[in-house]
Amino acid sequence: MAKLNMVEAINLALREEMERDDRIVVLGEDVGKEGGVFRVTDGLQAKFGKDRVIDTPLAETGIVGTAFGMAVYGLRPIAEIQFEGFIFPCLDQINNHIGRIRNRSRGRFTCPLVIRSPYGGGIHAPEHHSDSPEAILAHIPGIKVVIPSTPYEAKGLLISSIRDPDPVIFFEPKRIYRAIREEVPEGEYSIPLGKARLVQEGKDVTVIAWGAMVREALNAAEQLKADKIDVEVIDLRTISPIDSETIAASIRKTGRGVIVHEAAKTCGLGAEIIALINEKALLSLQAPIERVTGFDIPVPLPKTEHYYLPNPKRIALAVKKVMSF
Amino acid sequence: MIPKEKLMEMYEKMVRIRRFEEKAVELFLKGALPGFLHSSIGQEAVSVGACAALREDDYMISTHRGHGDIIAKGARVDLMMAELFAKKTGYCKGKGGSMHIADLDLGILGATGIVGAGLPIINGAALACQLKGTDQVSLCFFGDGASNTGSFHEALNMASIWNLPVIFVCQNNLYAESTPQWVHQKIQDISVRAQGYGIPGVSVDGNNVLTVYRATSEAVERARGKGGPTLIECKTYRWLGHYVGDPGTAYRTKEEVEQWKSRDPVKQYRANLLANGVCEEKDLDAIDRRLEREIEEAVEFARNSPDPDPEDALQDVYIGEYIP
Ligand SMILES: Cc1ncc(C[n+]2csc(CCOP(=O)(O)OP(=O)(O)O)c2C)c(N)n1
Ligand SMILES: [Mg+2]
Repeated sequence: MAKLNMVEAINLALREEMERDDRIVVLGEDVGKEGGVFRVTDGLQAKFGKDRVIDTPLAETGIVGTAFGMAVYGLRPIAEIQFEGFIFPCLDQINNHIGRIRNRSRGRFTCPLVIRSPYGGGIHAPEHHSDSPEAILAHIPGIKVVIPSTPYEAKGLLISSIRDPDPVIFFEPKRIYRAIREEVPEGEYSIPLGKARLVQEGKDVTVIAWGAMVREALNAAEQLKADKIDVEVIDLRTISPIDSETIAASIRKTGRGVIVHEAAKTCGLGAEIIALINEKALLSLQAPIERVTGFDIPVPLPKTEHYYLPNPKRIALAVKKVMSF
Repeated sequence: MIPKEKLMEMYEKMVRIRRFEEKAVELFLKGALPGFLHSSIGQEAVSVGACAALREDDYMISTHRGHGDIIAKGARVDLMMAELFAKKTGYCKGKGGSMHIADLDLGILGATGIVGAGLPIINGAALACQLKGTDQVSLCFFGDGASNTGSFHEALNMASIWNLPVIFVCQNNLYAESTPQWVHQKIQDISVRAQGYGIPGVSVDGNNVLTVYRATSEAVERARGKGGPTLIECKTYRWLGHYVGDPGTAYRTKEEVEQWKSRDPVKQYRANLLANGVCEEKDLDAIDRRLEREIEEAVEFARNSPDPDPEDALQDVYIGEYIP
């Protein structure tokens, strides 16, 4: 079995799905000959032609609006937005139209599209190229938000996202695009949307993370072994809808929890997860849930980025805090 | 007749940009600069010709490929270099980086990483001047790629109906990232889009600084005289890849790049000055040497400057004290 990084795994998923289903059309800026800024769509235009891998003008609203129309009228578009910051110009289409069409048409229309976009910090990029806007998108009813944490996960989750009849935002943690290699099988396998993954079992405390933060959480868990703290790590995988059952079951077992995300703290997804835990497992809690997050500031430049991003040290501190409550 | 002083100043600025950009690329490739870098080498004549038509108190908004534009508007290379190094002494205290340098005292309203976003913003600056009754004009640079955004079209229409004192300067370098102009739009002359909004539009040789200067001066005069906005398309070329690290060879032929390099805007202008007896070779050499030193000193200044403190990241989010 080939060992692939996340870019290659996503490329493989796109390739296989496009072979299987000729309704799939990839569109975006520089996705064709260039293969995308991060080369995720490399070679797809050569293989499938210009009708199925379309280079668009620089026009995010146009790209996403077109994808919406294609999806409603029988195709399976996969739009690429080059960096998460450029989602904001097309938020109108996503929030006001894509997320509502099923409901607006009282269930007559389906909108099976995927919007892929690299997101998050850690590559020393400037403003608009390092944000983590997943909670903003998760707040929109009618769309799903999926974030893989490894190459294997990326392929399986992307296949499910493509086949899902509802619109999916697929955020790719660009920081780990090439940082992890693991065995990724050829051929189809899928990972269901809306199901979290128990990455590592533990009995003392639950750490909930997604995307690039899963690796940080695992590193923290490793460090905490020295303190005899047994950490359970959950990879959320799907941010919307959230798998509240898996979270609650884990908290019922451990009684303690830490949530890790790169995005700013205020109104981040951590707040939502705490509310869900309160609703489903309040009486099991031994300590208030801690959040390890970015700060409530625009993502800063490289020189201070490593202070901004949650790291194993900060996660371990939070774990110790909930352990000693 | 353009005064000699002005002609020499334009030469100096073009060389300052070229040296700055060459140095920035060199430093970036050595790993000395964090962030992303978009080089404007090859496009100096547009930045300098356009900004030379402005007064210091006129406003200007630039792009992600903006080092040349802001040097042309008078920015200091030491503070710019420090910003590229993400140092505390940089134009934006090391928080803006290459793409976001601003200096309000020089009318440089900055740039944004969102392509096309500058066009409506320049209208706002112009409307503010109009409502306050000043005679300042406002100029916005943008690329061929940006001319396909909704922002471009909304902005041209609003500038047109409100008769705003704005000059829209398109740096058409024939590519938006890897996408050639003929793939991203059906027109060749972006200036024809002015017609749709009932405003004047011209296309000029963007590698000839004097041509750009004359076209912009005409537009500035019209804007100051309450004659409304103008769209100027300057045809030019970026010599390097889209960003430093992109070889720029997958989507462009060697011949095309060489052909444009043979029309080097800096060399052409130098030859023009000499041919017209504006100055002697040694005068230009002296300028070249002085700028060489200036850039070296800027790098020294940047290197010796302190990094931002971690707490600095929490500053300037709101006015006043803010504790997250
Ligand atoms: C809204 C938005 N979409 C995409 C990008 C990514 N991007 C940065 S520059 C660029 C091409 C811009 O082309 P053009 O306007 O011609 O300017 P040039 O780079 O040629 O100077 C792209 C696609 C961006 N920064 N902002
Ligand atoms: Mg361009």
